[in-house]
Amino acid sequence: MAKYKTEPLKCWAKAKELRDKYYQDYATAHERGGIRWTGGAWSFDAIPYGLGDDVYPITGEPYAASIAFNKEFSLKCMEATEAKGWARDLCSYMRNYWGSMYLNKYNFGGPYPKPTFAFQDHICCSHAKWYQVVAEHEDIPYFNIDVSVGPYHLIKDNPQKIKYIVDQMHESIEFLEKVTGREYNDDKLIEAVKTDMRSTSTWAKICELNKNVPAPLEEKSMYSFYVFGTLSKAKKEFADFYDELYDEVKDRVDRGIAAVANERCRLMSDTQPPWGFLKVFRYLEKYGAISVGSLYTFGLVGNWEVKKDGTWGARETYMEKGIEINTRDEALTALADWTLSRPEWQHFYDPGLKTEMMLRIAKEWKLTGVMLHLNRGCEGLSTGIMENRLGLVESGIPVMTFEGNMGDEREFDLGRTMTRIDSFMETLDLEPISAD
Amino acid sequence: MAKEFWRWKEYNWHDENRDWREGKIVTSGVDVGSVSSQAVIMVDGELYAFSNMRTGSNSPDSAHNAMNWALEDTGMTLDDFNFVVGTGYGRVNVPFADKAITEIACHARGGNYMYGPTVRTILDMGGQDCKAILCDERGKVTNFLMNDKCAAGTGRGMEVFADLLGVSIEDVGDLSFDVEEEPPPVSSTCVVFAKSEAASLLREGWSQSKVLAAYCSAMAHRVFTLLERVGVQKDFAITGGIGKNSGVVKRLEQELGLTALTAKHDTQIAGALGAALFGKALVEKGKGRKK
Repeated sequence: MAKYKTEPLKCWAKAKELRDKYYQDYATAHERGGIRWTGGAWSFDAIPYGLGDDVYPITGEPYAASIAFNKEFSLKCMEATEAKGWARDLCSYMRNYWGSMYLNKYNFGGPYPKPTFAFQDHICCSHAKWYQVVAEHEDIPYFNIDVSVGPYHLIKDNPQKIKYIVDQMHESIEFLEKVTGREYNDDKLIEAVKTDMRSTSTWAKICELNKNVPAPLEEKSMYSFYVFGTLSKAKKEFADFYDELYDEVKDRVDRGIAAVANERCRLMSDTQPPWGFLKVFRYLEKYGAISVGSLYTFGLVGNWEVKKDGTWGARETYMEKGIEINTRDEALTALADWTLSRPEWQHFYDPGLKTEMMLRIAKEWKLTGVMLHLNRGCEGLSTGIMENRLGLVESGIPVMTFEGNMGDEREFDLGRTMTRIDSFMETLDLEPISAD
Repeated sequence: MAKEFWRWKEYNWHDENRDWREGKIVTSGVDVGSVSSQAVIMVDGELYAFSNMRTGSNSPDSAHNAMNWALEDTGMTLDDFNFVVGTGYGRVNVPFADKAITEIACHARGGNYMYGPTVRTILDMGGQDCKAILCDERGKVTNFLMNDKCAAGTGRGMEVFADLLGVSIEDVGDLSFDVEEEPPPVSSTCVVFAKSEAASLLREGWSQSKVLAAYCSAMAHRVFTLLERVGVQKDFAITGGIGKNSGVVKRLEQELGLTALTAKHDTQIAGALGAALFGKALVEKGKGRKK
């Protein structure tokens, strides 16, 4: 008999509908006189919203992840990128995206929809070059904001560092006006910045609910929801959806509804999963094991802060704190400050910060162990994984590593990964539930 | 037909001085690995018989073949077992097994039997991968790491080199020490590239021994880094086929500054042995076959 009651998420259909609409809206934007732009999930996507309500982004990582899930198309994309002479060990998101562009095929049907411009920041080397190549291939203008100012704890009280970024943001608005011929609307920018804060703070609150036992959400489902924060953090529909999702997940907690009926082992993962093989998360369930989150789902979209009691919670928005945002400069400064504090940004600077975060999650989310993905597809976020492992092991937390690639299935071995999970479960003294 | 230099000795053995019928618990472990398969039969937790042979293209057939060979001349049949555990990459394809357990757990348990309860680090160097395993005094895994996807540093890589150089696999270790001074290791960690690098070295006039020394050294260093990651604790032991290759073992010992424990059994049977021991434990818990 199941240990906990479980039930499907009511928001599921709406999430699917919103995601489909996002990709269709992007593809058909020009038919409505709208603007299409491309950039990364790390881009300051609130800024282009100052151009109007008919501005539609496509962010590279989630688009590439959706390609990776479509294994047949992904392989074609990889081969098309390699045929252009690009090395096989580059970012696999980037290679999927480029392949779609080179083949002129959109993963959601029809030709690759050419963007009006590319807008990105220099969070990692791949991201900077990624859209440069897109811009050159598609002959479109490109603006990139350099964000190399260090981790947040070193910049939050250093206005010069924030100003360095804000100055570039001001410049980027001049760029947007020039390449689109539109007049920029500061009220829309302010609204978008507030929406960004609302969505990323709410997502953190949703993740926080997974501190409960049983956890109301498991990682595979979380991937389907966190994605909105990677598609566009500043999009009102998505922030509204997160509000709805929060209410539903909170209700599950109140009623003791579990994501996994026989939860008895709580895990977390670290960076991107192998998107074509999310079944590994379902495989855990046969042992009553659940992944309750990851650095990627928690920290790429969610914004967090240390609360008075020392625990981790959603960062309070400027609105919650009563801080007003009235001008373009205030909006851009707030956006820079807010964005640069998101946890995943810190991981590019120091693996120690990543270890600290995992130790915190392990403690507060009551974890049994950690699964680390030695991800060949992302140099940036894979940096320091073995140091993270060491830090966790030294703190007495069982760790399993598995090798793979978030976007290139040729580098993932499902059977071997399942075997590692079996071995890991054996070390945790867990047998498959059916055999008990 | 060309000589197959890679082909290692396939054999079976049983304890002729013992009558298994006098035992109370008869269990078996069958390890269907990617390169070799072993069946081990234990009577009351003591090794009674085993076979060690090449894995074929079909896991169930390999399991049957290994088992039939282990049973040969014993008078025992499959019906006489109280429990059979399958392990290795083909563990779920052992048709007559009562349970499947991963090879990591089985090598730890088997290593504990073979080397004694003081062993804390076991390096299993198998056909297609290497596993660095930490275990407690009961042979229970406390931590483990596996090599990455590349096959270098494994048994299959050594077989490829034996064939390339025309040296019997069993002579590789000793021959690798027949050098005036230790050459630098081959640089590549991929067996495909290591092979082409070796071909270049041979063309440059390197002797077979020198090339073998360079490859054994590279393999030893590769597994050394794996062990460093998991953190070697004394006592240290090696299981799997490469445990019989002195060229790798001695170089690894030198890097570690440790001497590996000496096995009292063939290092290749550790996994199957551990599986059979798990079987015995399960019988003692009342989970054995009803007879």
